[in-house]
Amino acid sequence: MSEDGIRCDGRRVDQLRNISIKVGVLKNADGSAYIEFGKNKILAGVFGPRDVHPKHMANQDTGILRCRYHMSPFSVTERKNPAPSRREIEISKVLKEALQPALILKDFPRTVTDVFVEVLQADGGSRCAALDAAAVALADTGIPMRDLVSACAAGKVADRIVLDVNNEEDQEGQADMPVAIMPNSGKVTLMQLDGILTSEEYKTCLQTAIGGCRQVYEVQRRALIERYFESGVQ
Amino acid sequence: MESVIIDQLKRDKILDLLKQGKRLDGRALDEQRPLTIETGIIPKANGSARVKLGNTEVITGVKVQPDKPFPDLGDKGILICTAEILPLADPHVEPGPPNEEVIELARVVDRGIRETEMIDLHQLVLIENKSVVGIFIDSSVIDADGNLFDACSYASASAVLSSTIPKYEIKDEAPVLVEGVTSKPPVKTLPVSVTMARIGDYVIVDPTKDEETCMDARITITTNSAGNICALQKGGGDGFSVDQLIKCSEMALSVGTKIRKKLEQLM
Repeated sequence: MSEDGIRCDGRRVDQLRNISIKVGVLKNADGSAYIEFGKNKILAGVFGPRDVHPKHMANQDTGILRCRYHMSPFSVTERKNPAPSRREIEISKVLKEALQPALILKDFPRTVTDVFVEVLQADGGSRCAALDAAAVALADTGIPMRDLVSACAAGKVADRIVLDVNNEEDQEGQADMPVAIMPNSGKVTLMQLDGILTSEEYKTCLQTAIGGCRQVYEVQRRALIERYFESGVQ
Repeated sequence: MESVIIDQLKRDKILDLLKQGKRLDGRALDEQRPLTIETGIIPKANGSARVKLGNTEVITGVKVQPDKPFPDLGDKGILICTAEILPLADPHVEPGPPNEEVIELARVVDRGIRETEMIDLHQLVLIENKSVVGIFIDSSVIDADGNLFDACSYASASAVLSSTIPKYEIKDEAPVLVEGVTSKPPVKTLPVSVTMARIGDYVIVDPTKDEETCMDARITITTNSAGNICALQKGGGDGFSVDQLIKCSEMALSVGTKIRKKLEQLM
């Protein structure tokens, strides 16, 4: 990072990468979205609420949510084995738990809502970008939601707290903290951290990430408005 | 999930007690269950520990052996930390490939040890980019009564602290064990994880299985000896407010200090 706080990709410390979201990009899915978040290129498709297979997973009292985060073999520098890695399984779980609070699944007992996320190209912060796309894809299905979910990471690079850590910064950086919030309730539904932070830095980093989530929310909102109002589909 | 009705009754009871500042087992909200640590229980391992946290019990073994470094980390030894819940630990656990809960457990324990930089991996290099010493920390939950994260973390840290690292010499570019010479592991700091559950508006430390079945959300925060926050994982089907997250970080530091004193006695 340069003296005046300009980062390796030319951003300021409090600046997000470019984000664009397109809603309703898949014909067969009940809801879908495509996000470009910096160099991340991610597709999200949602099916449901629908019958649960295998049947024993069904819950009499509520609908359930399943989530699969998967990286394409060509999404990273070295080819990735297409079988789900332990990292992908863990991310699938935290994404599910980040989306769940926003959904009202009680109204759909014995059903499942499946969220499939495919990372076509990864560039640091892919779990946050994946979550941003998944939330919009869920909204696109029309399933009742309390709120959207918006995610963004903050981190510590060259002793400074920065917003939206990219791949190089993640490799060289001192800490990475992905965070997701429900923007209207302010509740934090995803949070992870690796790296070393003091108590003060922890608070700053959390607030910085939440600030990023709020900016992402505006992009998500605009993408949904574009799909349902301006283009005149519905 | 035994029964939704019983779970709901339990939740009502637990919430009722929390409103009076109490818990089912009589603990304070920020009080952990009694922790006992026993080390050196598996002599064939390079280090081992048996940890009891209330009725949760974990056995961890450390194996040390020469290995090839990861291609992009040629100047560091290898650290691999795993965890599994044995089928004898809980009536609902079935043998087979690990499910997402178990994978999360193992990765959170690994992250705690790795991100605090507990072990100075640079000291485990035999020949740069070619040959290093690997430290494998494997935890088995043998009795599951909630908060497996902390029990596995404490057992892993204790097993490392109690371990002896054999000496390897390089002969013809291959590592050869030097009999009878061992050293202490290069430990830089003591990671301590503290897991908290949110039930309603209450945040409690070290949830039991009963408390976990009715919690809204969970958070595990790992701190180092210098009082920094080094690893964190939120779990569970709901979220936390920002104020709660800040309070949790403070609790992780205050509760962690007591545990760290216990671990220091093993050094």
